[in-house]
Amino acid sequence: MLKVSQPIKKILVPLISILLGFLVGAIVMLIFSYSPIQAYTSMFQGALGSMSGIGETLRQATPLIFTALGFSVAYSAGFFNIGMSGQALAGWVASVWVALAYPNLPTYLLLPLAIIVGALAGGLIGAIPGVLRAFFGTSEVIVTIMLNYVVLYTSTYLLQNVMPKSFRSSTDSTQTISAHASLRMGWLQNIFGGSRINAGLFLAVIAIIIFWIMMKKTTLGFEIRSVGMNPFASEYAGMSSKKTIILSMVISGVLSGLGGVVEGLGTYQNFFTQTSSLSIGFDGMSVALLGGGSALGILLASLLFSILKIGGLGMQTGAGVPFEIVNIVIAAIIFFVAIDYVIGLLFKQKKATGTNTGAKPEQVIHQPKGGSEI
Amino acid sequence: MNWVSMLSLIVSSTFVFSTPLIFTAIGGAFSENGGIVNVGLEGIMVMGAFSSVVFNLTFADTFGKATPWLGLIVGAVVGIAISLLHAMATINFRADHIISGTVINLLAPALSVFLVKAIYAKGQTDNIAQNFGYFSFPGLSKIPVIGQIFFKDTSLLAYIAIIVAILAWWILYKTRFGLHLRSVGENPQAADTLGLNVYRLRYSGVIISGLLGGIGGAIFAQSISGNFSAGTIVGQGYISMAAMIFGKWNPIGAMGAALFFGFAQSLSIIGGQLPGIAKIPAVYLQVAPYVLTIIVLVLFLGKAVMPKADGTNYVKSK
Repeated sequence: MLKVSQPIKKILVPLISILLGFLVGAIVMLIFSYSPIQAYTSMFQGALGSMSGIGETLRQATPLIFTALGFSVAYSAGFFNIGMSGQALAGWVASVWVALAYPNLPTYLLLPLAIIVGALAGGLIGAIPGVLRAFFGTSEVIVTIMLNYVVLYTSTYLLQNVMPKSFRSSTDSTQTISAHASLRMGWLQNIFGGSRINAGLFLAVIAIIIFWIMMKKTTLGFEIRSVGMNPFASEYAGMSSKKTIILSMVISGVLSGLGGVVEGLGTYQNFFTQTSSLSIGFDGMSVALLGGGSALGILLASLLFSILKIGGLGMQTGAGVPFEIVNIVIAAIIFFVAIDYVIGLLFKQKKATGTNTGAKPEQVIHQPKGGSEI
Repeated sequence: MNWVSMLSLIVSSTFVFSTPLIFTAIGGAFSENGGIVNVGLEGIMVMGAFSSVVFNLTFADTFGKATPWLGLIVGAVVGIAISLLHAMATINFRADHIISGTVINLLAPALSVFLVKAIYAKGQTDNIAQNFGYFSFPGLSKIPVIGQIFFKDTSLLAYIAIIVAILAWWILYKTRFGLHLRSVGENPQAADTLGLNVYRLRYSGVIISGLLGGIGGAIFAQSISGNFSAGTIVGQGYISMAAMIFGKWNPIGAMGAALFFGFAQSLSIIGGQLPGIAKIPAVYLQVAPYVLTIIVLVLFLGKAVMPKADGTNYVKSK
């Protein structure tokens, strides 16, 4: 048994989870007589082997960073937001709608307007479970799951029945937004071999920095974390846990909404009907869990998952392995992160408070206590 | 269309769409009454649907008309297998129930589509040859009006589902096992003190949810979709969870809610054939189950209704 200190353990547990996740993927591939080495090689080659591959990987990471930050803010407040797909979808639809409604506004007005409206749309959807939880004690898990589907069906309805006909290019897709509302930048795309990378990446990096400052250096961040740890003690200490719950959920929704905005204004440049919940929602949750809710962790985890997602496409063409294997790997990684208690047993902590060697029942990392029960 | 045939169309399509939801929702009720939140119902249904379709395609020639019924058993077994992952993570390894359930939901579609591609070298399976068709009760279907509405060309499985719901209610509320299961969902410490095996009881709750969820998925695949692809199960597991909550964690309530949600779903599909309904935009019927669940949760359910220790891990003290 290895002796490690708490901070090292915090890094080792996700690293081991990643290794085990890749191992699970390799075993599945071996069972179906694919070559894991060839597959993983072509995966990394696809994601990182060319400038356009790197560009696409960074592009893929952009919305994941937003949704992961969104999940983390709510999670720190003891709030389980699994409605990020819906919030992102709302942001996507709203931002594209604004962009299509005012195509001739100058960029410096239209782009911020579209981004802000998209963010607010996400925030609005996020506020619903926050308010219901704060005032009625309603489980946010269920409300956010239900809202995902409400937003999903509503978005199709809005596209097909409510938007002016001139906005649509077909029944299933809007027109392309005007260049005034686009997050794409010619020089950036040129550097990265014509990939769909866009200025959303810079926004995501700014968001990470703001997230770090907010959570670590501001009163609001302290209140969010403290309500997450123990809502009753926080209330007793004079904080309004209701206000904090709603606020954290709105921030979470705004960030998720921005994830949708960068998809709409950056990646796709339009909106088209979705048949199932946006994958950036649940993937963002996976990123946040792997990243342990820290700013740096989220950045690294989003890059890893983007490499998997983009590289997975290359893997399908390069090694003939079905793309779905990367989602199996991601699910396996999160499974191992979820059972961190077991992985933590591999190590002996150096400085446990008091040197008694008995079983230590508490959870290993970053799990807020005031959490979500259904 | 006269009103009798209209009613019989509504009833039979409601039955067809409700049946998978009823089975899965009852499964959820068992898991949650034992204290394990099971968001993974969606993933369990995916695995049930996938495995039954593969079985059906492979053995339709061998077993003929019995194939879809045997497919249910296959779906149940695979459902149990995937639910064991959730059980192990939450009961032994102290994982967060929501995270573990979400892992199931991430894993199942990926694994099943991967397997479809590995086996059939394409993204979706062929259509199955043997499916659950319509069933007419001998004798009963001859009754005028009522026979035509309820017993002619209807879904036999729906009647089985209703029987299963009643049986599940009886097990949960009238048997020793049910009392024990509910007690570990309500207060595991107290149950443990009384000598009950908390871990084993919780395992059985989750396994029953895997069994019934797998069956639910298998029914959906073999009576509604007819094949399997990534788009076969999209949200039915979540609707089932909603039905269970709507039904206040009670199998009979869950069945009622599932019938209602099935009715809403079928209306959005057959609505075009019905005068009056055709004018309502489909979106209202599509979102109705989800919105109603939220409203019911807010208005009528205090926290008192759900099992007290639902979603909490139990760590046996040494």
